[in-house]
Amino acid sequence: MAEHKVDLELDCRGMSCPLPVLKTKKAMDGLSSGQVLKLIATDPGSVNDMNAWTRRTGNPLLGSDKPPGEFVFYIQKK
Amino acid sequence: MESDNRKKMALIASKGSLDWAYPPYILASTAAAMDMEVWMFFTFYGLTLLLKDLKAKVSPLGNPAMPMKMPFGPKAFQNISWPIPNLVMAGVPGFETVATSLMKQTFKNKGVATIETLRSACLDSGVKLIGCQMTMDVFGFEKEQFVEGTEIGGAAMFLEFASGADIQLFI
Repeated sequence: MAEHKVDLELDCRGMSCPLPVLKTKKAMDGLSSGQVLKLIATDPGSVNDMNAWTRRTGNPLLGSDKPPGEFVFYIQKK
Repeated sequence: MESDNRKKMALIASKGSLDWAYPPYILASTAAAMDMEVWMFFTFYGLTLLLKDLKAKVSPLGNPAMPMKMPFGPKAFQNISWPIPNLVMAGVPGFETVATSLMKQTFKNKGVATIETLRSACLDSGVKLIGCQMTMDVFGFEKEQFVEGTEIGGAAMFLEFASGADIQLFI
């Protein structure tokens, strides 16, 4: 997966729905336009949830990674 | 009040047990995180979900499909769904308290937020919480017993908002 410049890392390992979404929203609110959040989650539901959340809110999902047992997302603040 | 183009969700929470406290608070907090305007209307037993001091419990009695599992021990043990006769559920004092603490422990183990956390997320993100005046009168609740920020209204208030909402849910 391509490397992304990361401005903030958010660890949501071990958290279930909807906490990764709620914490992502909160973290993104603290970023300025163009900055990138790296989200690390273990909830398999987060794959579809983060796709939906980024589509709905218009914050581009730059890419994702799938290390064993984890789901990593790079989300840019619109 | 209709000054923005955000999607809107109107939700009625009518049940007050721990298991039924989750769907409305999960959906409302998530909808708010998706930039939606959310109104939650609490009526009948749902009113108890507004109380400052939440006491929601779960009752396995009357929930025949509810798995009764233990939140501790080896995985094989945790996966056993214990067959509890209705007679025990209905007749043993404290059974619901035990079932409630087991469910809370399971949620904690699985990284599920508490109802208090989800409710705070709703309030922090501007979700409007509305208590139904009529059921408050019927059950003897005062506005002061509810969390800070709770508003009071009736059916017309809900329907006016719901008529313009993109999502309407009765839970």
